[in-house]
Amino acid sequence: MSGAEKITVRVTEVTSLNELVTRFRFERLDGALLPTFSGGAHTVVEMKDGDVTRLNPYSLMSDPFDQTAYTISVRRDDEGRGGSLFLHNSVRVGDEMVISNPVNLFSLDLRAKKHLMIAGGIGITPFLAQIKQLDRAHGNWELHYACRSVALGSYVDYLTSTHPNDVNVYYDDQEQAIDLENLYSGQPLGTHVYVCGPKGMINWVRGKAAELGWPREAIHYEEFLAPQPGKPFEVKLAVSNKVIQVGEQESLLEAMERSGVDAPYLCRGGACGMCETRVIDYTGNFIHRDHWLDDEEHSSGEKIMPCVSRFEGKTLVLDR
Amino acid sequence: MPKFEFPTSILSRPVYGVLEARAGHQHLMIADAEGAEAILDIATPDLMAKTHIIYIPKGTDFADELRALNPAQFYQGPSYAASVSRIQRVLQDAAMGLQLYLAGTEGLMGQVQSEAMKAGIPHTAIQTEHRGSTARRMQCVHCKGITEDVATDPFQCSHCNLNLFVRDHYSRRIAAYQAVCIDAEDPGYVPAQKGLYE
Repeated sequence: MSGAEKITVRVTEVTSLNELVTRFRFERLDGALLPTFSGGAHTVVEMKDGDVTRLNPYSLMSDPFDQTAYTISVRRDDEGRGGSLFLHNSVRVGDEMVISNPVNLFSLDLRAKKHLMIAGGIGITPFLAQIKQLDRAHGNWELHYACRSVALGSYVDYLTSTHPNDVNVYYDDQEQAIDLENLYSGQPLGTHVYVCGPKGMINWVRGKAAELGWPREAIHYEEFLAPQPGKPFEVKLAVSNKVIQVGEQESLLEAMERSGVDAPYLCRGGACGMCETRVIDYTGNFIHRDHWLDDEEHSSGEKIMPCVSRFEGKTLVLDR
Repeated sequence: MPKFEFPTSILSRPVYGVLEARAGHQHLMIADAEGAEAILDIATPDLMAKTHIIYIPKGTDFADELRALNPAQFYQGPSYAASVSRIQRVLQDAAMGLQLYLAGTEGLMGQVQSEAMKAGIPHTAIQTEHRGSTARRMQCVHCKGITEDVATDPFQCSHCNLNLFVRDHYSRRIAAYQAVCIDAEDPGYVPAQKGLYE
């Protein structure tokens, strides 16, 4: 079975935080304790929406040492493929669900002398768990959190009341913005920066750090790419000896799973590298969307990340 | 002086590059002996205006040439041991964006790298360029004593007097190669001594 080990849970709380964000609390069905995790970890939530099974990653935001429950906060995306809409509209207290063991692709580097956290919108969620972890270890951190408005500022009240000196909030609609250059200037040696938020923000934070000579190893970011819909295409899976159709609204990975092929995966968001698949033959063009493969690998036509990338053309034969 | 090409070896053995000026508000260049030449190779007035040079001549006479580059700060130390407290203080006060350049012997580069790692710089973000002596800083795995500037294999531990052979197995934390007793099974049977890389 691919992916991290599965856990069957019951939804024990559904809490609406604001117009867009809802929090879900999961407890184990068998009453046992959940595994501890490290701040920044995510769980992959299985959603059975009619005939479609979606597996979406969500950052765990609860205390990493609280083994009684996991919580996630989900922002409703009306334009997306429906995972967040399903959670918002169809999941109720008492429902049984299947989630994965925690997987961390955004962990704290505990060698850091200081952790500088930059969050945009729903990107706050991994930091909530990291802050709990760091507080227990008396870690040195500060958070800069940009949100659209007071009304959409998830967890702002909680953060500013528990950590008034370490949390800085910026509201877009009040034209407040993080003064990144000043923020970076004078940070002590051994500071690591962590960013989670929209793509533009991640690029800005990484780009400015590189420009100012910060080491690559001190910059951490997490961006889950949701698979984008696209034109349907056909794929031949050489090892499984199957020809499968990838529909407009599903990813290549999802199409393989639907056809009974046990393909490896972990993050399902183009980040972890687990689903990397060798291309045996192709005529056409790849639409690479991951940030695992480098530019050279993208143009080589030798590899594809089926969780987020697609293909347009006549034939595609994969080593799977 | 021609640069020595180290033979390829196990993964543990450090590899060194060629210094290049990088973006940053502050540059710290630490060198010993012929390492000065690596600094001279990349020095420009703009770079030197933001550079602090810490130099240990080890009997060479490059100090005046380095001083003539007119760096923002220049310190000449009589030995690494005499300079290390200054190096620690500079690292302690430094901010992110500091660029660290190391040049010269393996012992000097390794020891500064170890201090820099403790101060929070990832070792992969530190530039190094080997110049000059190929002698090594060795740790006796038996008594843990360090012998500096080892140029022959085998050699005698300067602390416990065991006959040791020079391994490529390196510790970034202690900034030394490991040296292991060569005549443990046949005491007194010691192969003829030869220079490293001969």
